Amino acid sequence: MKRRSVIFGALAGALAVTAAPVAFQAARAADTVKVGVILPMTGPFASTGRQVSAGLKLYMQQNGDTVAGKKIEMILKDDGGVPDQTKRLAQELIVNDGVKVLAGFGLTPLAFAVAPLATKAKIPTVVTSAATSSVTEKSPFIARTFFTIAQAAVPLAQWAHKHGINKVVTVVADYAPGIDAEKAFSQVFEKAGGKVSQKIRVPVANPDFAPFLQRVKDDKPDAVFVFVPSGVGAAFMQQFKAKGLEEAGIKLIGTGDVTDDDILNSMGDVALGTITAHQYSAAHDSKENKEFVAAFEKANKGMRPNFMAVSGYDGMHLIYYALEKTNGSTDGKALIDAMKGAHWTSPRGPISIDPETRDIIQNIYLRKVEKKDGQLYNVEFDTIPDVKDPVKAGELK
Amino acid sequence: MLTILFDGVAYGMLLFVLACGLAVTLGLMNFINLAHGAFAMAGGYITVILMDRLGLSFYLCLPIAFVVAALLGIVLERLLYRHLYNRDPLDQVLFSIGLVFMAISGTSYFMGARQQIVHLPASLQGRWHVLGAEIGIYDVFIIAACALIMIALQLVLTRTRFGSQLRAAVDDGRVARGLGIRVNRVFALTFAAGSGLAGLGGALGAEMLTLDPTFPLRFMIYFLIVVTVGGTTSMTGPFVASLILGIADVVGKYYVPGVGAFVIYAVTVALLLWRPYGLVSRETAR
Repeated sequence: MKRRSVIFGALAGALAVTAAPVAFQAARAADTVKVGVILPMTGPFASTGRQVSAGLKLYMQQNGDTVAGKKIEMILKDDGGVPDQTKRLAQELIVNDGVKVLAGFGLTPLAFAVAPLATKAKIPTVVTSAATSSVTEKSPFIARTFFTIAQAAVPLAQWAHKHGINKVVTVVADYAPGIDAEKAFSQVFEKAGGKVSQKIRVPVANPDFAPFLQRVKDDKPDAVFVFVPSGVGAAFMQQFKAKGLEEAGIKLIGTGDVTDDDILNSMGDVALGTITAHQYSAAHDSKENKEFVAAFEKANKGMRPNFMAVSGYDGMHLIYYALEKTNGSTDGKALIDAMKGAHWTSPRGPISIDPETRDIIQNIYLRKVEKKDGQLYNVEFDTIPDVKDPVKAGELK
Repeated sequence: MLTILFDGVAYGMLLFVLACGLAVTLGLMNFINLAHGAFAMAGGYITVILMDRLGLSFYLCLPIAFVVAALLGIVLERLLYRHLYNRDPLDQVLFSIGLVFMAISGTSYFMGARQQIVHLPASLQGRWHVLGAEIGIYDVFIIAACALIMIALQLVLTRTRFGSQLRAAVDDGRVARGLGIRVNRVFALTFAAGSGLAGLGGALGAEMLTLDPTFPLRFMIYFLIVVTVGGTTSMTGPFVASLILGIADVVGKYYVPGVGAFVIYAVTVALLLWRPYGLVSRETAR
């Protein structure tokens, strides 16, 4: 008997301890909106986490942490780029911390892992860094402020064909985004009348590009379309130069992740002349962007913002915007509806959220790597306005 | 065609410099050191740091990478490895794979997980045109450097007093000790030299193999293949094995890019079926 009463006592005590904060939280919840952010802050994708979180924080710092009478509280969790972790953390954030909005997600599989939770718990989820087209189709509560691979690859294919490039070899890393890029580019390029003479897939893990590039060189195309994870891009360019493809008159084209602003400078002069299509360049010429870059560099010890950072910045803007529109109501359905059709001028230019797909509509810029003030930049020279995700728009098979 | 062959030879030579240290510790000292790649990575990172932060020249970084990796080797050997010489292979494997993970985490913590970029000096960039083939100057540099290392190693092992002391110590440590050979010192020096060579290989190969914290894990398989295929009793075996594998890898990637990455494994399997104890082995049955 004595033992049982001890157990009851312990139980009662435990209940009291857990119940008190719950009551306290409920009282506070009325005027605080928690935003759960899950990003890879460690591991091979840590640079994504660093850039996105800096973008999110900068927006809050500039615009205050109060929207429609509610205080915004950001809770940042590190999933290390592992989908199981992402899912577990999302669950904890929803159940224990009571977050009303989720944001972040550094890779497509990480966003996929969270999609069922978002649907079940009716939590609006802003995807800042996963680029597979189908991400927004996995849950009606997902909106995206990033880009899709096809969104950049398709305009590039059209541009290339219009500008005297007729024969292309594609070189992509052999994983889902790489294959997406290969498909999007070659379908559109061939439809326009160009020729993709070879489609080379290289291993993701162990990139020694020399033999592949030698093969490309012997094929004598007008250009090489490349899609590799951004860190590996530097190695690719070094080999591209070392093998003399540039002297052989072969152009290097790709989506903008290859010339990521975060590491562009450390690539060195081998990157010069690379032509890419993308939604954001730190050198984008607008008042909004100049202010953004200056504020970002000031807040982050001179780190240059890249497309991830601006995606985080816009992601937080979208959350603020939706809360303002619902007058502070945190009902999941109301918030995601408020996000649909949102449009504003971001540092990257005018952008909006497609009301049908909840995906981003934005300008895609053609850029060339050039040297400005001793630093390498992606300098924009052509704009394709208001590009929707070509996959969901039915332009691709 | 000649260009591809040349690329393959350069790649194979690089594999050899990276793996020969492992051949020494595994073959001569019978110690399984899976953390060998960590020393190579150390060499690569030292080069990057010295070049980027201190602006030293690439040529100067190479010997420094060797010396620092060798010193690191001595310290670790004295502190950790020597306690494991007489333990069974499983302990050695577990211990050294643990070191690999520590090296990976440590490097990402201090240097970040991103890829490090080595900027070669202008004198090593560019190509020469020889007999209709284009040959990268850096490839020539790698081949020359590795050939020198190979010759030096062979001479040290077969012609010097140290070489015979080492072989004696390996064959029968107790008798060697009885003859007045300081076995521990010999082992420590050998280990250091092996680590140093890995460091040098890492520095030489950082540009071609790409350098990030997962380097030791990514290339562990290649090192092990070289040592397994080559046999561990001499330096000639791993050398020939490296060349074959390097050429097979590059040629495979060039002619059949779709399956190119698998060619190296197919060759390994074929070679091992043919000579299960390695290309050059002391005896066919152990």
